[in-house]
Amino acid sequence: MMVTLQLFAQDNGVEMADSLRSNGKIYVVVICIVIILAGLLAYLFSIDKRLKKIEKENYTNK
Amino acid sequence: MHKTWWKILGSVLVIYTAIAGLMLGVPRLPILNETIRNLYFHVPMWFAMIVLFSISVFYSVKSLSTKSEIDDMKAVESVNAGIIFGLLGLITGAIWAKFTWGQFWSFDPKQNFAAISILLYFAYLILRNAIDEEQKRAKISAIYNIFAFPMMVVLLFVLPRLKDSLHPGNGGNPGFNSYDLDSRMRMVFYPACLGWILIGYWVYTIRFRIRTIENKQQHN
Repeated sequence: MMVTLQLFAQDNGVEMADSLRSNGKIYVVVICIVIILAGLLAYLFSIDKRLKKIEKENYTNK
Repeated sequence: MHKTWWKILGSVLVIYTAIAGLMLGVPRLPILNETIRNLYFHVPMWFAMIVLFSISVFYSVKSLSTKSEIDDMKAVESVNAGIIFGLLGLITGAIWAKFTWGQFWSFDPKQNFAAISILLYFAYLILRNAIDEEQKRAKISAIYNIFAFPMMVVLLFVLPRLKDSLHPGNGGNPGFNSYDLDSRMRMVFYPACLGWILIGYWVYTIRFRIRTIENKQQHN
């Protein structure tokens, strides 16, 4: 009861995703986004690594 | 530039902004509501684009004096990478506009001019493809690029300010200043910009290195 009162005290009438955050479900979204980003960045690192290998081969062939 | 520390820094910053951008507190503003968090994702796209186009114009100027093919290739590839970020900026802007201004494309000066400045750079790429002779292509496209860059800056930052625009920071709309100065948002916004600039630069270097190898194979 006290918590909700405090929440209302903070609220200036603008609707925000308070319940989403208090239910904890927002973490699911954050985790998904982080996994996608981390996956893409890891992929970028692997492309970089492969490119480095090709560059080395090219350099020694010449 | 084959060091990896800045690539890791960019990755960490971008992941940090995804977490902090969604979790940390933001000002409560009407109409915007939670979409205020888009500031961390939409705006850095444009910053990354501008940095990449600046790199491009730098190498275009350089290629005019050095006549070096490498400088010319750097100029093209940074435009290629910059355009991706520009398009992402346009799309995210349109989505944000749909839920705050009411329409995906309301022909707002900022939207129109941003689209035109992207078209300017499409024209740069088309111009390049139209010229077969390498040295001529390098010279003409470098000069075009030197004109395109200030045009882009004017289109994005000067002209929208002279008209009535819904976009914050334009035409009698003080907009974001009120919460741009919010210290909570700065904690996420600045790292977001730096992170995406680094990622953009990384994409550009990968493109440039691929092109260098392709170029070498063509000449062999």
